[in-house]
Parts: sequence; C-alpha cells; structure tokens
Amino acid sequence: MNINVTLIAQLIAFAFFVWFTKKFVWTFIMNALEERKQKIADGLAAAERGVREQELAEQRAKERLEEARGKAGEILAQAQKRADEIVDEAKSDARGEGQRLLHAARAEIDQEMTQTREQLRGEVVKLALLGAEQVLQREVDVNVHNESLQKVAAQL
Amino acid sequence: MADTITTGDYIKHHLTNMTFGQRADGSWGLAHSTEEASQMGFWAIHVDTMFWSIFLGGLFVLIFHRAARSATAGVPGGLQNFVEWVIDFINENVRGSFSAKNDIVAPMALTIFIWVFLMNLMDLVPVDLIPLAVGWLGALLFDVDPHHVYWKVVPTTDPNATFGMSIGVFLLIIYYSIKNKGMGGFIGELTGMPFEAKNPLMKVIFFPVNLLLEGVNLIAKPLSLSLRLFGNLYAGEMIFILIALMYSGGVILGVFGGALQFVWAVFHILVITLQAFIFMVLTIVYLDMAHQEHH
Repeated sequence: MNINVTLIAQLIAFAFFVWFTKKFVWTFIMNALEERKQKIADGLAAAERGVREQELAEQRAKERLEEARGKAGEILAQAQKRADEIVDEAKSDARGEGQRLLHAARAEIDQEMTQTREQLRGEVVKLALLGAEQVLQREVDVNVHNESLQKVAAQL
Repeated sequence: MADTITTGDYIKHHLTNMTFGQRADGSWGLAHSTEEASQMGFWAIHVDTMFWSIFLGGLFVLIFHRAARSATAGVPGGLQNFVEWVIDFINENVRGSFSAKNDIVAPMALTIFIWVFLMNLMDLVPVDLIPLAVGWLGALLFDVDPHHVYWKVVPTTDPNATFGMSIGVFLLIIYYSIKNKGMGGFIGELTGMPFEAKNPLMKVIFFPVNLLLEGVNLIAKPLSLSLRLFGNLYAGEMIFILIALMYSGGVILGVFGGALQFVWAVFHILVITLQAFIFMVLTIVYLDMAHQEHH
C-alpha cells in the first residue's frame, strides 16, 4: 500500500489507453453507427417512396385502361360506320352494274332484232323478185326495174 | 507450508505488491518482504499492478480495436454487436450527464468503464490461484522462496492504480475549467463562492473561507473517485482472503468457506460492475461541471 512511481506509470498507461480508445476505437465505431443510421433512414425513405410510386403507377394504369376502353369503343363505332358505308356502297354499285348490264342486254337485243329484220327484208326482196320473175318471165329486167324494186323493199 | 505461516502472515502476503526498487543495501531488485517494499520509498514500482493493468487494458483496446477496425454499417457480427452495445450504453450515459461538446469525454468514459471493470473482475479469480502459480514460477525460474514472491492480482486494490486514474481525471478537470472559464473564472469560482459579497472588504474576508471550502470541494473529487474504488475493492479482496483462511480449518469449515466464497463472488459481480460504472459516471459529471460557467 505504498504510493510510489507506480502511480505515475498508471497515469501514463491510463492516458495512453484513453488516447488509443479515442483514436482507434471510438471514431470507427461511431462512424459505423452513424453510417448505419443513415442507411436505415435511407432505406425507410426508399420504401416509402416505393409505396407512393406504386400507388401512382396503379392510378396511372387505371387511367390507361379507362383510356384504352374509350378508344376501343370509338374504334368499334368507327368500324361499324365504315362497314355500313361499304355495304351501302356495294349495294349502290351492284344496282348500277345491274342497270348497266340490263341496258347492254337490251341494246344487244335491239341490234340483233334490227339485223334480223334487215336479213329478213333482204330475203323477202329476193323472194319477191324471184316470184315476180317467175310471173313475168323475161319481162322484168333486174337492171331496169331495180330502182322500183328497191323502193318496194324499203317499204317492207 | 501451511503450518509455517500464521494467519497474519498469510493476509500480509496477499496484500503486498511485487515491488521493484532500490533495497536498503543499495542494490536494485524485488523486495523480499513487506517491510522491505515499504522502505523502497517513492522510486519503486509495483510489477504486478503494472502487469495486470496493462495486460487488461491492452486486452480491452485490442479487442475493441479489432471490432472497430472491421466495423461496417451492414449487419454487425457477434463481437461488433457487443462492442456497439457497450459503446451505445456509454454514449447514452455521456449524453445524459454531459451537456457541453467534448470529444475526449466519451472515449475516456468507455476506457474507464471497461478497464476498471476488467481490473475489478480479477477479484473473482480465487485469491490463491494466480499468486500460487506465480510463486511456483518464481521458484522454478528464479530459484526464490515462493513465500517471498508477492503477487497481487487486482490492480484496483492498489491505490497507485486508482489514484493514477483519478489524478488523470483531475488534471483534465483543471485543464477544462481553465480552458472554458479562463484563469480568472477558475480562480473566481474557487474564491468567490459560496459566500458572495458586493463589499470589497467583505470579499477579502470571505476570500480564505471560500478558498478553503472550494479547495476541499475540488480536491475531494479525485480523492473520492480513487478512494471509493480502492476501498470497495480492497474490502472485497480482504473478505475473499478471510474466507480463504477457512480452507485451512478442516473439512466442515472448508465447505462452509466454499459456499461463502461463492455467495460473496456472486454479490461481488454487482460490486465490481457498480464501482466501474460509478467511476465512469462521476468522471463524466465532474468534467461536465468543469465545462459549466456557474454551478
């Protein structure tokens, strides 16, 4: 229980340990703790941000869906309209075509009738001339009476 | 062996440090008796106290440094977790009682708490175990009588260790008092209180009274710090020694002594922790007072 130089040695040892702890222990641990605190705070903030972003995204998705639904309806209506138009057009086209075909057929019939009539007329003239020749024997000269005969043929 | 030494010798042996110094004949070496140790005067050193305090302090800083060096902000491992828990506990205490800003107080509180705790913890090692081993080693290696190998295991039962720390704290108290209040403020605090007067004559009269009161107040800080720790641990150690004496009193007394030792050790766990804690808290409080303008 003697007070001696041990006291001073202990004082120095104490000072050294305090210095060492301050320099090589305390700062490191405190930095790590501080860093972790920051990390946790950041993480929590990020999580909150994530939740908010998800909510936002959900809302946006809903809006998009609504928009798409509206657009689809619009497109459907447009398509319906266009289809109606096409049907109408086709109907009118078909009607026109039918009319045209009818006209063409009629024209052809007329033409054929005329042709037939001409042919028949020629035949009749020939027959009439033949008959007249038979009747009059040589008295009718084709060359002389051709003009009058042509007139008759035209009247047929 | 047991029959050659008396109870008094046994106790005395346990309370003597291994002292290195100048013997009466002028040669330097270890003291061979309690008397010789005290005759060595101031220029002697307690080898056992130095060894255990530096060994335990070194253990503390190495372990904590290892944890601190690899400390990450990620998930902490076992050691880091423990160290962080201790540091958090210290930090909370410092924040609770220390209002000024000072980077040295918290690390110092940590050092005091762990170091004192570890030194106190040596008290729980059975009193004869390490001294016997050292005595045997001394007989083996240096061919000395084991009875003359003194070895105190608990550094905090050596007033040199406790005063060493408390004087360190005391120097810091004075340093920060002067630094924060100025020389005038510090002297004013010592002489202008607790009796205050406007009258210059009364001031002069109060001057010595105040100086006496505040001086005692100031000196009491390191004294109370170190004597409290020393006294508690010394008494605890003494009781362990007394209990250990019962082992030489036959089987029944020995078993009873064993039970007593166990009970006292369990109780002592509380004491050593509490003493380390008190030393730390009072250090923080004293340093806080040194930072306050007026208290």
